[in-house]
Amino acid sequence: MPELGKYAVAVLSSYGASLALLAGIVALSVWQGKRVKRQLAEVEARAAEERADG
Amino acid sequence: MSFWEYANPKKFMQTSTGLLPWVWGLTGLCLAVGLVWGFFFTPDDFRQGSTVKIIYLHVPAAMMAINAWVMMLVTSLIWLVRRHHVSALAAKAAAPVGLTFTLVALVTGALWGQPMWGTWWAWDPRLTSFLILTLFYLGYIALWQAVENPDTAADLTAVLCLVGSVFALLSRYAVQFWNQGLHQGASLSLDKEENISDVFWLPLLVCIAGFVLLFVALVLVRTRTEIRARRLSALLARERLA
Repeated sequence: MPELGKYAVAVLSSYGASLALLAGIVALSVWQGKRVKRQLAEVEARAAEERADG
Repeated sequence: MSFWEYANPKKFMQTSTGLLPWVWGLTGLCLAVGLVWGFFFTPDDFRQGSTVKIIYLHVPAAMMAINAWVMMLVTSLIWLVRRHHVSALAAKAAAPVGLTFTLVALVTGALWGQPMWGTWWAWDPRLTSFLILTLFYLGYIALWQAVENPDTAADLTAVLCLVGSVFALLSRYAVQFWNQGLHQGASLSLDKEENISDVFWLPLLVCIAGFVLLFVALVLVRTRTEIRARRLSALLARERLA
């Protein structure tokens, strides 16, 4: 760990807050992507079943 | 092969499937190398002490907050002129990412400003135009949510994006227009005399590359989600009519 001196709180808070925000947008984007992909697969499967039933 | 082929959702999905693992991998590599290098292996600044380490987050985030809006401007113009849905969806996908970078820049700026300027915030031209850009991001995202018809939403948000571009440009060039602000001039310059020292510049360059790649990765992921969501709502509408 580098010696941050009297500015340790400012520096560490900057890194903590930034990494939390960036991790948040990555997690949200991946989660939304997976959710929509799953929903689309379900609806496409239903549509394919209906087409097969005629 | 024409650039406009990527406006085809199928082509976009195919190409981005192959690209994404590489972009994510390079993003992780650049961010890990840049941030570890900057945080652990660079000296303190003679005037700013260890707070100079905030530069590795603040500068790339601020740059990308403005560049994300420029990307949204270009894709919005493509939507308005050529009516390619993928470009409108890419602009929509980029907005929350740009907003996140804006928040990172504001938070790190406040945390850096307090020990250096003695205040968390000042109504300085660059800071104020950046805050207005943040509000434009929020308004842009809210407008997409508020309008039900996706094409109308794309039209209205494209116009909002054009207006907001004034503040994106102001955020970038405010320090050159007005000299009375607290915020310093650009840290990066092609002029070797004005540019920051190489010991800070090189890890900063790696961090900037990491932030650019992170933006590309997130926009690709989110645009893919938007394309799927558009297809999902079309299929659900068809089910309701059947």
